[in-house]
Amino acid sequence: MRMKGLLVGAVLAATAVTPALVSSASAQDSIYIPLFTYRTGPFANSGIPIANGMVDYLNMLNERDGGIGGVKLVIEECETGYNTEKGLACYESTKVKNPVVVGPWSTGITLPLIPRASVDKIPILSMAYGLSASAVGDTFPWVFNPPATYWDGLSMAISYIGSKEGGLQKLKGKTIGYLFFDGGYGREPIPLLESFAKKYGFEVKMYPVPPAEMQNQSGQWLNVRKDKPDYMIMWGWGAMNPTAVKEAARIKYPMDKFIGIWWSGGEDDARPTGGEAKGYTTLNFTAVGSNYPAIQDIIKHVVSKGKSQAEKDRVGEAHYNKGIYNSVLIAEAIRNAQKITGKKVVTGEDVRRGLETLTISAQRWKELGLEGFGSPVALSCADHNGHQPAYMQQWDGTKWVKISDWIQPLKDDVLPLLKAAADDYVKKNAGWPKRTESCDKPS
Amino acid sequence: MLYREAGQFKTNYRDDMAVFPILQDRIGILIILIIAFAVVPFVGNNFLLHAIMIPFLVFALATIGLNILTGYTGLLSLGTGGFMGVGAYACYKLTTTFPDVNVLVWVICSGFFSAAIGVVFGLPSLRIKGFYLAVATLASQFFLQWCFIRIPWLVNYNLSNAIEVPRRSLFGIPVTGPEATPQTRYFVVLTIVVLMTWIASNLVRGRIGRMWMAVRDMDIAAELMGVRLLNTKLLAFAVSSFYCGVAGALLVFLYYGSAEATAFSINQSFAVLSMVIVGGLGSLLGSFLGAALIFTLPILLPHFMAGLGLPIQSATAEHISFMIVGALIIFFLIVEPHGLARLWQIAKQKLRVWPYPY
Repeated sequence: MRMKGLLVGAVLAATAVTPALVSSASAQDSIYIPLFTYRTGPFANSGIPIANGMVDYLNMLNERDGGIGGVKLVIEECETGYNTEKGLACYESTKVKNPVVVGPWSTGITLPLIPRASVDKIPILSMAYGLSASAVGDTFPWVFNPPATYWDGLSMAISYIGSKEGGLQKLKGKTIGYLFFDGGYGREPIPLLESFAKKYGFEVKMYPVPPAEMQNQSGQWLNVRKDKPDYMIMWGWGAMNPTAVKEAARIKYPMDKFIGIWWSGGEDDARPTGGEAKGYTTLNFTAVGSNYPAIQDIIKHVVSKGKSQAEKDRVGEAHYNKGIYNSVLIAEAIRNAQKITGKKVVTGEDVRRGLETLTISAQRWKELGLEGFGSPVALSCADHNGHQPAYMQQWDGTKWVKISDWIQPLKDDVLPLLKAAADDYVKKNAGWPKRTESCDKPS
Repeated sequence: MLYREAGQFKTNYRDDMAVFPILQDRIGILIILIIAFAVVPFVGNNFLLHAIMIPFLVFALATIGLNILTGYTGLLSLGTGGFMGVGAYACYKLTTTFPDVNVLVWVICSGFFSAAIGVVFGLPSLRIKGFYLAVATLASQFFLQWCFIRIPWLVNYNLSNAIEVPRRSLFGIPVTGPEATPQTRYFVVLTIVVLMTWIASNLVRGRIGRMWMAVRDMDIAAELMGVRLLNTKLLAFAVSSFYCGVAGALLVFLYYGSAEATAFSINQSFAVLSMVIVGGLGSLLGSFLGAALIFTLPILLPHFMAGLGLPIQSATAEHISFMIVGALIIFFLIVEPHGLARLWQIAKQKLRVWPYPY
């Protein structure tokens, strides 16, 4: 009998799954946007607010405006758990539904997708993460990483430290500690950091945190206590951030000299340490808070109708707003693509053109109901990043407070490095296709 | 009745020693191969081929590798992820250093590098056994992963610390890189996995396999009968690591397309070990069944639930699938401690006496 039960179960399961495996093409009257999110796993504390922000903004456009340009958006979340295998499975399962853009939300998933984007004709939007070199649009026509690369971020952190010390030249003889996620994400800034160290005469101490040991950093911080670096820079993500902040508070490291990248600046990163984390500073490129008409619309049309997974009082947090920013880029790119092509239902190829000529001026931010939410965005065929400025935010014990103006990246140091990295990528990937996509006039 | 072997007389030793001595088995395997080669690639969509079949076959190969060590020789290993990584990094270094040699040659060759590393880490197995050996192989896992992260030479000084698969082709058809179609990749993986499974089945049935099993069942008795323990155990480590290494190279070159060191973490080792245990220790069929259950189930479950028309959030689906997979593993281990392979044996016995069971 048991055998029979198993057999029946297997057959039933197989029939239910079959439609997903043997698909058929269908005509489309909507725009399909898959969102790779992670609400599970060791990175969920960073992933959940971002996922909520992304989903809620696009849902709001559906509810308030009926989509973009009258075309309904079909939004589907796919859970990756920040895991490359699951991310690739997500990519394959969503690819058959003709997505107009993908955002892998993990460097590990972005890298294998980069060479496939031009073949599958699906542009990649890796907002301020992924491969820094993909900012070079002539080499990577299908990949976009606005508003700033990690190298931009590092140069902003260094110039902020310089301004605190009274000039970059004053960094001579100082020690800067670099606490980083020991993977592609955290290692990428190292060459630039070392070249800055040489240029300005400071010393760098490295504190790598292995991915499996994110929640056990006592060894690294013991070394920090011994080395007493004048400043600490952190490239952390997921569970690594709150652990680092807690450890820093425990060894009584001066928090205002502890500076994180934008991905280390979530509420959940500082809140567990509470008042003792006061002074912890991170970069950010979006405003914090819900005091914007568009975000009020999200609350009105989505959150208070129970169509969101976000709690109302967490709307407007730092990472939530980064999710919104990501969705604004997607939405504006689609709108731009509709304008360029004159089509209503755009495809991945159209949205690539839309992203390439994307400009969001201060005026446009205001029209979107997000005045001052982010700095103006301007992409071009050659520059898929924009190298926009970011600002420093500081934890006051309960919330993030903006403490600096927009800090411009040190482009003179960053751009040659980007070019070299892109050339190196092409050299190592023999047969990398030359750009054949034509360049549209900016609208 | 369906599986009755009455009337199938074996008149020479050759027939008696065949891989599949029973006619029904031969027909069955032929049908499976025909479906795998001629039906799946043409009926299934890219999702089935690229996200399910290719990784499933690759993991089945890695599971066969670990099964040779753990199931056949009785040596517990937690270093599978590391050995797979050795294969992948070796293949990457080889194909970037000698780009004119066909990539499939390097995929197979990378197995030898993995085998060599496996032998080195297998040396302690002569002195230590069971859980202690598991801890020793765990050390190899951490050491190898450390190497992948810390030795930039292995990734050709890539800034992202990742290996990126170059474009390579076979008879003018691209097999790796973005232009390779899922069909091509599937055929390549399937061919390699079928060939290596065939070799493994002959290995474990022959003199070497019997030596391994003798060591597994009682090493002192095996030694008294003249089996040299060190050679046998090291051979098991070498063959096992060879399979894992080829699986690792296939995983990166024909599935991921690019990989960071985290792809070969301890989680990978545990995943493969659980495939071996759930599938059935000491069974090649079990390796495939275990890989199918542990790898494909979490990917298919959300689609299964969507197919039933349950509208649930993707994260909820993930949580549910964690729970279901966990419950299924416990269920199968309770009702069938010998693994899924045993289920097939029971089914075969039932089919033999059907419709008049006794």
